Amino acid sequence: MLKQQFARRFLSICAAGLRTRRADWDRTGLMAETETKKVEATPAVFEPKIVAFVCNWCTYAGADLAGTSRLQYAPNVRIVKLPCTGRIDPLFILKAFEGGADAVLVSGCHPGDCHYTSGNYHARRRWAIFRRLLEFTGIDMRRVFFSWVSAAEGAKFADLINRITADVRAAGPFERTNPARRRLWK
Amino acid sequence: MARVGVFLCHCGENIGRTVDCAAVTAAAAKMPGVVHAVDYKYMCSDPGQQMIKQAIVEKKLTGVVVGACSPRMHEPTFRRAAAEAGLNPFLLEMSNLREHCSWVHEDRAKATEKAVDLVRVMVEKVKHNRKLHSIRVPIEPTAMVVGGGIAGIQAALDIANGGKKVILVEKSPSIGGHMARLSETFPTLDCSQCILTPRMVEVASHPNITLMAYSEVESVEGFVGNFDVTVRKKARYVDWSKCTGCGDCWAKCPVKKIPSEFDAGLGKRTAIYRPFPQAVPNKPVIDQEHCIMLTKGKCGACAKACQRGAINYKDQDELVKIKVGAVVLATGFDLWDHSAYGEYGGGRWADVIDGFQFERLASASGPTDGEIRRPSDGRIPQTVVFIQCCGSRDDKMGKAYCSKICCMYTAKHAMLYKHKVHEGRAVIFYMDIRAGGKGYEEFVRRAIEADGAEYVRGRVSRIYRRADGKLIVKGADTLAGRPMTVEADLVVLADAIVPRTGSERLAQMFGVGYDTDGFYSEAHPKLRPVETSAAGVFLAGACQAPKDIPDAVSQASAAASKVLGLFSKPELEREPIIARVNENTCVHCRACIAACPYGAIEDFEIKDRKGNVVKRVARVNEGLCQGCGTCVAICRSNSIDLDGFTDEQVFSEIVTLE
Repeated sequence: MLKQQFARRFLSICAAGLRTRRADWDRTGLMAETETKKVEATPAVFEPKIVAFVCNWCTYAGADLAGTSRLQYAPNVRIVKLPCTGRIDPLFILKAFEGGADAVLVSGCHPGDCHYTSGNYHARRRWAIFRRLLEFTGIDMRRVFFSWVSAAEGAKFADLINRITADVRAAGPFERTNPARRRLWK
Repeated sequence: MARVGVFLCHCGENIGRTVDCAAVTAAAAKMPGVVHAVDYKYMCSDPGQQMIKQAIVEKKLTGVVVGACSPRMHEPTFRRAAAEAGLNPFLLEMSNLREHCSWVHEDRAKATEKAVDLVRVMVEKVKHNRKLHSIRVPIEPTAMVVGGGIAGIQAALDIANGGKKVILVEKSPSIGGHMARLSETFPTLDCSQCILTPRMVEVASHPNITLMAYSEVESVEGFVGNFDVTVRKKARYVDWSKCTGCGDCWAKCPVKKIPSEFDAGLGKRTAIYRPFPQAVPNKPVIDQEHCIMLTKGKCGACAKACQRGAINYKDQDELVKIKVGAVVLATGFDLWDHSAYGEYGGGRWADVIDGFQFERLASASGPTDGEIRRPSDGRIPQTVVFIQCCGSRDDKMGKAYCSKICCMYTAKHAMLYKHKVHEGRAVIFYMDIRAGGKGYEEFVRRAIEADGAEYVRGRVSRIYRRADGKLIVKGADTLAGRPMTVEADLVVLADAIVPRTGSERLAQMFGVGYDTDGFYSEAHPKLRPVETSAAGVFLAGACQAPKDIPDAVSQASAAASKVLGLFSKPELEREPIIARVNENTCVHCRACIAACPYGAIEDFEIKDRKGNVVKRVARVNEGLCQGCGTCVAICRSNSIDLDGFTDEQVFSEIVTLE
């Protein structure tokens, strides 16, 4: 039931995205104006909220290694642990954006290293298609990240989070740049 | 209504230093569904566990969240405590406040805010947790040991002596591995063959050991307790059941000039051969690459010579399927190929040899019968230069790591040389002498003081060959601060230890991790040094890291004890994280069947009482499902869910992050 509900919502996002795209073409100047006005209103340092969907065996362990190595990184990430990236339903990502995430990270084992032999390949394939769908709906592609972090790559995990946080901080809050979201829920 | 208890651990100061635990506890107490929230210095300690148990009983908790270290560390501990208090262990979840929060952030306010989030996520998840029960799977009490070197032999013997069946798979025609090739072993200088060959014979004659020599692992299916391993028995062209190992065949073989692998290319062998006289099993195989009969179709000298009629030129590779419960990987090492070092001749000069070639020269069973003679002209070298760290500790050209055993075997080589050529000169170029081990430092001192090995601290920059055959070694003595030139007759390079070629492929088959150098990764560098990330697969010997014989043997025994521990129970308990199909909504599109990496989802026909098929659905085989959840995400009708990570649980986690 939950899934169907989200599917309906997803479709409405698509529709809203298309509408705003047309609006962009019609009134580019006007849109730009509203954008700049909003920017002035934001506080000096924007702290983005990043939701990371990680697999239990590689990236979660890599994040653990970052911890045991005491590598400091930005406190903006919230990890949601799953057994494998293959478990990631695209609706998870959508739901995270809907809930207020400014960026989403999906990270699992390197190709060939999946604990479940091929879950990350499924995730990658699904991701490639889903990314295009997201782009189509008007979601800013600078907010969706995909990476491979192995259990031995604590430093890579820390760097990744720092980089994403910096990128998203530069891109600004999600709701502002995504008119679809603003119309529907704000 | 959910009644959740939240328990926060300070982990001494590890969490408490950066996270305000009291504030997190206060925030947790206000979360919907939380009826009990408390913090304590060491939640994993006995009093801490007692707090959890007591609260479960007194507050009638239906779910527990422990905010502490990584669940990889203490989830089993806390789940056990919950079970002891009568709560289903799968109603307990952990928030990772240490590895994912306090250790990686400095800002106390932000870390505390994150900690509250992490706890809230788990509180929301645990409300949707269901009671789960560990799955019991039967164990096949047979072990497979891959690799018949000293580590594999030791592991096989220990498991077999523990009363369990062992299948020992060895790639080459004989077990024994590198140790069989060594002359004498440090630090006692006892003869390698004398201590190894009795073990090899024991393996061959042990009633619990099935030896599969000249065989390789082809593919692996299944999981801990129930692996289905396919082994390729390579074509030997000799029927070992008829062969007596008399040797008539290789005496008659016309192809006599093949460089012997066992003698590191210094000796010669025939096309039908046994690797060395003490081989186990002591039976020959035909090298199909060099045999005239197999390549050109005419010869047949060995078949004529064999009185038992054991030669069979039509022999084929055979695939054998074996069911085993646990696997010990003991694939060992190779020497790094020093041809990358152009300044050391790049492998062009016969008299620049590696450690194994020197071993064979010094060995009584070697091509020179134990006399040190240089390969190019057979003369006894008067000056030998040993160069340590050839490829080791060199991340530019070679390997970044220390190969650990080279300091010791170089000292041994220098000693053996001096014992055989008393007036000779042994010069050793070294970076550091790393002689950590029982009797090791004393051994090196003995080489220097009693046997007069000249240790020079410094690197060799170049070796070139003079017209008279002398090797001119140019280096530096960094302690004296001057350049140094040695006119050597023989140069021995202590090449880095690298994993066996093809070890990555084997690791992928078994789902074992390996590092950037190809060495197999242990499950935990300190506390689980012989286990791997793949349950039921253990490590022994130099496939995990460079090791000397005592270390390899002790790790092999450790792996054997792990295998015996696993086999001590008839059944295995497994986490019940498995997928379930809602057969009412399943439309039998078979997408999950195609996606499952384990073949765990099968077609199932629902029948009425008369046996008529009412509906076809997908059904998960609990024994095979490993719980990756790929099928859940792929299901078009939303009919599959994963216990422990249901859609409900994950969505509630995401929603609460708002």
